[in-house]
Amino acid sequence: MTRSDRLSLAHLWVAIAAFGVASAMALMQALSRASLDLPWRSAKMYYLSVTAHGVLMALVFTTFFIMAFGYVVVSRTLDQEPTGLKLAWAGFWIALVGTLMAAVTVLSGRATVLYTFYPPLQAHPAFYIGLTLVIVGSWCWSVVMLLSYRTWRGTRPDRPAPLPMHGMIATVIVWLIATIGVAAEVLFQLIPWSLGWSKTVDPVLARMLFWYFGHPLVYFWLLPAYVLWYTVLPKVVGGKLFSDPLARLVFVMFILFSTPVGFHHQFMDPGVSAGWKLLHTFLTFAILFPSFITAFTVTASMEVGGRAKGATGLLDWIGKLPWRDPLFSSVALSMILFAVGGIGGAINASFGMNAVVHNTAFIQGHFHLTVGSAVALTFMGAAYWLLPRLSGRELELPLLARVQPYLWFVGMVLFSFSNHLTGLMGMPRRIYDASYGGSTVAAAWRGLTGLSAIGGVFLFASAAFFMLVMLGTGLAGKRITPQRVEWAEPLQPAAPGRGWFDRYWVWTAVAVVLVLIAYAYPLWMHLQMTRYGSPGFKPY
Amino acid sequence: MNVDLYEKIWMWASGLLIIAFLTTIVVGVAGSSLQPPSHVETIDPTKVWNDPRFAKRGVTVDDHGATVVLIAMMFAFQPAELHVPANRPVTFRLTSADVIHGFEIVGTNGNTMVVPGYVSQFTTTFRTPGEYLIVCNEYCGLSHHLMSAKLFVDAEGARP
Repeated sequence: MTRSDRLSLAHLWVAIAAFGVASAMALMQALSRASLDLPWRSAKMYYLSVTAHGVLMALVFTTFFIMAFGYVVVSRTLDQEPTGLKLAWAGFWIALVGTLMAAVTVLSGRATVLYTFYPPLQAHPAFYIGLTLVIVGSWCWSVVMLLSYRTWRGTRPDRPAPLPMHGMIATVIVWLIATIGVAAEVLFQLIPWSLGWSKTVDPVLARMLFWYFGHPLVYFWLLPAYVLWYTVLPKVVGGKLFSDPLARLVFVMFILFSTPVGFHHQFMDPGVSAGWKLLHTFLTFAILFPSFITAFTVTASMEVGGRAKGATGLLDWIGKLPWRDPLFSSVALSMILFAVGGIGGAINASFGMNAVVHNTAFIQGHFHLTVGSAVALTFMGAAYWLLPRLSGRELELPLLARVQPYLWFVGMVLFSFSNHLTGLMGMPRRIYDASYGGSTVAAAWRGLTGLSAIGGVFLFASAAFFMLVMLGTGLAGKRITPQRVEWAEPLQPAAPGRGWFDRYWVWTAVAVVLVLIAYAYPLWMHLQMTRYGSPGFKPY
Repeated sequence: MNVDLYEKIWMWASGLLIIAFLTTIVVGVAGSSLQPPSHVETIDPTKVWNDPRFAKRGVTVDDHGATVVLIAMMFAFQPAELHVPANRPVTFRLTSADVIHGFEIVGTNGNTMVVPGYVSQFTTTFRTPGEYLIVCNEYCGLSHHLMSAKLFVDAEGARP
């Protein structure tokens, strides 16, 4: 095993462990909604499990998986070890210690503030410090990724980065810009306040800084999934990437538009004027465009694969696709769910219309199709593909791996669609009990909350299958000579030289200008106001 | 850059769809002043009960419509029962005495965050008389799911 693969595997196992714990927390929530009389069912346990699920899935599972995948991309496309292996390992340990600090704090009931940790809800300082360490670890990873690219370029000054690396460089740039916001919130507001060094915080300022980070965070999750869709999926289906330059354009557009959109999470907030919210709305819609291109390019690449296997009719290429391969089925099913989730996102972002869905169950229905399917299901599929190639062990329990993506799909359809509907009927998200003292309006939600719970059970079964396959492979998989990690060739040969889309400094500069336009003035205006801070509360 | 003809058509169609989406928003803003609650006004969150703006809570009806003044707190709305007239603009003014809360009138587009240190304000008109459920839709602590209130929209002339 190479030193780089050992590094990737360490990250991958932390991601898998976080996923396992977070899935158990999810089952607890889904069953609470069904109002079953279960042992340990209590409001305290419910809100604690919402917090643990959000933190471990959204922040830990994703980040560690992406770091693992980033190192795979470096070693397998640049054909070199990551530059700065010591820094990479330091980042791993820092992020792991941070994860353990945050997880222990949450699971011991000292940080039931949800993964968005809006003040003036106040957590134990170890929660904020732990999350900071996770971010610091990810910064070490970011530096190693960029240094590795620089090393590679040193000997090939005229060549564009291989497409997977291009996508990961975009991911790193988005991440470095985005994390400035949450770092400012946690370091200047929340840590001093939770330690008692400062008495109060401004909750709207905290929300502005959080959502400056919180929306590009979703592209930090999504871009590595897109890298897999563009550069691994066509290879798995025996096809070719339909368009290399458009894929490069897509990643560049995410560098530009990922961050200056955060106010669309604050449409219903007081203290932020409507004009700035409208500007962020326009920029939000701009970011639909690269995903539309992705839908075409990736589907066309699959069609190329189906036709290479002899399909000639209009749609029979779909039947030629490897539906029994868990990586393929994971990605294909996640794309179907993401198409619905993306349109739901456009609804959420529609300015005044957001009032109908804001903080209702519609939102959790929405993001379980995006991060919970497009990202998580793709990452699970990728784990089936990666683990044998990194560890040199054959995938154990392949039947479970084959069934698992379909179970996830069915579970997510039930869970997500019922939540979209109850959301439109006005049911709030994140409530332990939905009866509201026998309210007749609330009674109308009941059948659908039961359906959502059934979906949750399917999802938990799927997650359990995934964990069994991973643990079985890691502990008992037969030793084999690992297959190579292979990437898709473009249909038409890629340009030999670097083009406009490969000029990262230029696009980063434009992105920073857009961020300044969208955020500098409203933040400055905000700081000029007479504001009153809030003391902390721990109602949990 | 060489782009396939079908993909070109798809990209143009996607662009037009995005423009159509944005047009509906612009029409809503320009035509019906449809916008999210975005009032900018601050208040000392530790003194809301004595602040003259929130000392007298409840509904005030005048010739133009009604104003509702309300404080959200863990885990109740104060007052917890409101009567407003139908078919007349009702302006809600809210603030929080502790953490962030949500204020959602189920089955309507009445929805706002209630953030300590800030005054939320929005105006809406209820067309259908009847009883409405108000819920807190932002997690605020262990009894978050119990935080609710009632809104009665009274038909014209029916108000006690």
